[in-house]
Amino acid sequence: MNNTAQYDVVSIRNDFPILGKQIHGKPLVYLDNAASSQHPVQVIDAIKELYESGYSNIHRGVHQLSQDATKAYEDARASVRGFINADCMHEVLFTSGTTDAINLVAQSYARPLLQKGDEILITHMEHHSNIVPWQMVCEQTGAELKVVPISDKGELEMDRFAELLSERTKLVSVVHVSNALGSVNPIKTIIDAAHAKGVPVLVDGAQSVPHIPVDVQALDCDFYAFSGHKLYGPTGIGVLYGKEKLLNAMPPYRGGGDMILSVSFEGTTYNTLPYKFEAGTPNIAGAIGLGAAIEYVQKIGLSAIAAHEHGLLEYATMELKQIDGLRIIGEADQKAGLVSFVLDTVHPHDIGTMLDAEGVAIRTGHHCAQPVMERYKIPATARASFGMYNTFQEIDVLAKAIDKTIGMFA
Amino acid sequence: MENLRELYQEVILDHNKNPRNFRKMEAPDGFAHGDNPLCGDQIDVYLVVKDGVVDDVSFDGNGCAICTASASMMTIALKGKTEAEATALFDSFHHALTEDKPYPEDVPLGKLKVLAGVKDYPVRVKCATLAWHTFDAALKKLQGNISTE
Ligand SMILES: Cc1ncc(COP(=O)(O)O)c(C=O)c1O
Repeated sequence: MNNTAQYDVVSIRNDFPILGKQIHGKPLVYLDNAASSQHPVQVIDAIKELYESGYSNIHRGVHQLSQDATKAYEDARASVRGFINADCMHEVLFTSGTTDAINLVAQSYARPLLQKGDEILITHMEHHSNIVPWQMVCEQTGAELKVVPISDKGELEMDRFAELLSERTKLVSVVHVSNALGSVNPIKTIIDAAHAKGVPVLVDGAQSVPHIPVDVQALDCDFYAFSGHKLYGPTGIGVLYGKEKLLNAMPPYRGGGDMILSVSFEGTTYNTLPYKFEAGTPNIAGAIGLGAAIEYVQKIGLSAIAAHEHGLLEYATMELKQIDGLRIIGEADQKAGLVSFVLDTVHPHDIGTMLDAEGVAIRTGHHCAQPVMERYKIPATARASFGMYNTFQEIDVLAKAIDKTIGMFA
Repeated sequence: MENLRELYQEVILDHNKNPRNFRKMEAPDGFAHGDNPLCGDQIDVYLVVKDGVVDDVSFDGNGCAICTASASMMTIALKGKTEAEATALFDSFHHALTEDKPYPEDVPLGKLKVLAGVKDYPVRVKCATLAWHTFDAALKKLQGNISTE
């Protein structure tokens, strides 16, 4: 509609078979990308090809298929490294997702280090997966969880962050882009402030990597976590980036095969990075699918995707604001990818059912961020979240469907 | 969207907009809190029982239209029922929303029938039954209290 003239959304859509589907006789309008995105044929084919002609267990086999699969798996790691600009391959750990990655840091990094009186600093806009692992480790160690409040607009209160960051803080764990509000947090500022006090920072990048180019070295973050399934890749695969120095000092998270060099009943020698943290047979197809997804995203170009989605966000915000009785939750100056909203007269759950009848898939509920709901004194929101393949026409369908919903409940 | 009229019938929309017996009771005989964590529905059910008969029942909280309307209609349906009749009505209602076979016993749903359309929306069944489960919990707590007295 504006600066995205060269952006060929039609040919992108043609790469995603599911987008041609009809729901209740209406063309699917998929606006639930923050929960999970869809898959281009390139990802589906990579997985299909693996299972049809290249599959075997990895790392231990001398036979050809095992070597091929190992290469494909490690190529995927190389793709991830390039994508986030990690310094080296072994700083990229495959996990089962963001949740798994955060738990790994909580148990392997924080738990051995934390003592009574220490603090972990998170924010009020975290996903449950960046709250509960810290509550668990606090319970285990006697450390305390501190929470940076958020403003009515949905921005972090940075002066409160500065106050809460203290010599007791042992780790800051913060979401890059909020899945409930869309706010993009000033993580570079946060990382610099924390480092000035010698405090490492974990960034929950589940919602950022699909929308914002991320360079972990430029950010200088200590850990960065994300999931494949929000990045047009498969479920059950995710990434923990960690600085080599920190990862080397950490004990393994899980014990088993692959994470060892040698095992005897007298003692076991752990494998080197990244294998020390990849116990057991990993999600081979998942990693390869993620590698293919990253290649696809890079082919389109994350900057181009970001610009397109920003256009969608602005257009959707403008359209939805014109609807009487609709209130947008989360109006941070810096936002990415999604609009959370409530209606005066219709509960989000009913909005979800009504929109579904029009083929429009959105998410309703607390979005695994109950503290955010409590902060704005609402039980739930309806959330439309955008991906690289969404169009301005789809926003029109969304707006019209909301209008109809309000009409029916009037 | 028009075919959703089966789900969102006028009666349901009306009960959602003007829920009956939507009030907190200061000193109920029975009380329970119900949660549907999936969608954030939360409901409190208050109960007064006299001589084994539901004398008054009310609710408050926050829920979607299906949840609110179902709670509202439930309060009307329950008043004047004996405890056994109330439990039978809950069973019959639950059955109607979750089973294909007709309910074996003759427990007419009356006006509650308009909620039967929810059966075709499996993710919404919990919304329609939340108030009933909460009522059932309140009643059981009350019966439990009495039996230990
Ligand atoms: C901000 C954020 N963090 C973490 C997660 C958890 O990701 P996963 O369920 O893939 O582990 C999500 C997913 O909804 C998220 O949006």
